[in-house]
Amino acid sequence: MYRYITNRVLLVIPTLIGAAVLVFLLMRLIPGDICAIRLGSGGSMADPRAIARCHVELGLDRSIFLQFLDFAWGFVRLDFGTSMWSGKPVAEEIAARLPISLEIATMATVVAILIAIPLGTISALKQNSWIDHVVRVAAIAGIATPSFWLGILSILAVLEFSHLLFGAPWMPPIDYVPFWQDPLHNLSIAFLPALTVGYRYAAVSMRMTRSAMLEVLREDYIRTARAKGLIEKIVINRHALKNALLPVVTLIGIEFAFLISGLVVTEQVFNINGVGRLFVLAVQNQDYTLTQALVMLTVVTFVFVNLAVDLLYGWLDPRIRFG
Amino acid sequence: MVDVAPSFAPEILDEAVGTPRARSSVLDFLRRQPLGTVGLVLVLVMAVAGLGADWIAPYSPTSNDFAAMTEPPSWAHIMGTDQFGRDLFSRIVYGARTAFIVGFCCAMVGGFAGLVLGVASAYFGGRLGLLLERINDVIMAFPLIILALAVIAVFGGGVFNVILAITIPLIPRCARVVRSSALAIREVPYIDAARACGFGHTRIILRHMVPNVLAPFLIMLTAFVGQAILAEASLSYLGLGVQEPIAAWGLMLQGGAEEYASTAPWIAIFPGVAIALTVFGFSLFGDALRDALDPKLRER
Repeated sequence: MYRYITNRVLLVIPTLIGAAVLVFLLMRLIPGDICAIRLGSGGSMADPRAIARCHVELGLDRSIFLQFLDFAWGFVRLDFGTSMWSGKPVAEEIAARLPISLEIATMATVVAILIAIPLGTISALKQNSWIDHVVRVAAIAGIATPSFWLGILSILAVLEFSHLLFGAPWMPPIDYVPFWQDPLHNLSIAFLPALTVGYRYAAVSMRMTRSAMLEVLREDYIRTARAKGLIEKIVINRHALKNALLPVVTLIGIEFAFLISGLVVTEQVFNINGVGRLFVLAVQNQDYTLTQALVMLTVVTFVFVNLAVDLLYGWLDPRIRFG
Repeated sequence: MVDVAPSFAPEILDEAVGTPRARSSVLDFLRRQPLGTVGLVLVLVMAVAGLGADWIAPYSPTSNDFAAMTEPPSWAHIMGTDQFGRDLFSRIVYGARTAFIVGFCCAMVGGFAGLVLGVASAYFGGRLGLLLERINDVIMAFPLIILALAVIAVFGGGVFNVILAITIPLIPRCARVVRSSALAIREVPYIDAARACGFGHTRIILRHMVPNVLAPFLIMLTAFVGQAILAEASLSYLGLGVQEPIAAWGLMLQGGAEEYASTAPWIAIFPGVAIALTVFGFSLFGDALRDALDPKLRER
């Protein structure tokens, strides 16, 4: 087990270094002088002395290797520099928006698990029945439906229903309040986006649960469990589902990418001031310091979530642990 | 010298040469895979709409008609008009063209680059294989939309840059799947036989390895088209993809769709339906293709 953990942890290091190099180089591919763009954003020609000062400020007067070391070291110390757009420290910008994004992400994962595992299992148990067909079509529809469109439709539905019920349209609030201060206000912000993102997440996991369950249900040990007279509930819950959930755990980790992508788009739809929306604003405003910090943070989160899932998988499945 | 024939995916090779057996394979596919057939029909309808947009669309997708703003669906405008009086049906038909151009370009370029890299990585192995694998690891550490946003942050929006931004993340995803299939094939005796016959690397890769990884490759290609269409729509919705006045489904949902959600819901509904139906079609077709090409999944 220790060898497995060591190998898996060691593999993270070159991936993160490679990602840092890629992000660093990508941001240096920007056509033109970044300082000239920054200082001449009003369309006017920037003062050459101001451009030179900006180069020193951003460390662009040093060699590319030193610039990379500076970028990497800053990242290790969680010092991402200052936003070119707002002038505030990037860490501060992100920290202010992280709670709402984390809350939506967590809720979406819970929604996904609550939908995917029961429905995927039922679909496998009732293979080729009408329930199976409905679940499969719902799953493919979840993958095919853009989350931003689902968001727009849910807003439309809320407007129509609230108009019908209360006589006036109601829109979810956009100002973030922590859950412990006002749970109702907080949930009315986060619930619809979480449902929107969670549906797609659930769709992918639902297909995996169904497929894994079908595979496990054909195994000899399930036949043996039935042959020795175990009731179906125990066969399914204790023997089949437990084994079928292993690949689903991995998938939930891999599909974390969907969650991040979903957040970027969905926060825009619901006008939520989270990290996803900050990302879009950073790209729109050509704020490269903020963009590179956000890209790197996403990659680090993604890599560590996958590492955690792999380690969990190794712990859950002895074949990997001792393989 | 007798050339050692590949043992897999004869249907694909048959289809490529258009023999009567290929026709019966297609008919067999349509009969056995009703959902896949529905998917194929959806894809074909959208593809025909995109190709024949100049003849099908009753109005120009870019001409504004300020006398007919946010008009509900009627005989004159079967899907209604947007906030600038543009005919939604015409924009959706032209949007299909944009979606298919982006979808197919990304899938083809990303898929073929991934195919070459994946097969080369498996065939040559060693340091080259290891290096390619590590590069794949790095690129795959970026969620698709995040890498696409980073590329757009550098190069800006527009159709070409969107294609570039979506293609880059697709390459390692394809390479990884192709590599795992190619690794199994590398150990098969007919590859050793081909080497023993003195065939060159190119001939072994192109004649013996590539045809044998075509099944997972084709399945992935259909998935990639759907993914690319979805990614393009998301980027355009964020205002970072295809730019006005080009008709694109994601772009049609930007701005007006939310603003006019309660007064003109058709602006929000029809472009979304177009995206969902197209991606749905590709997903159904891809699933059916997988079932048809993978004997292990046929009974599942």
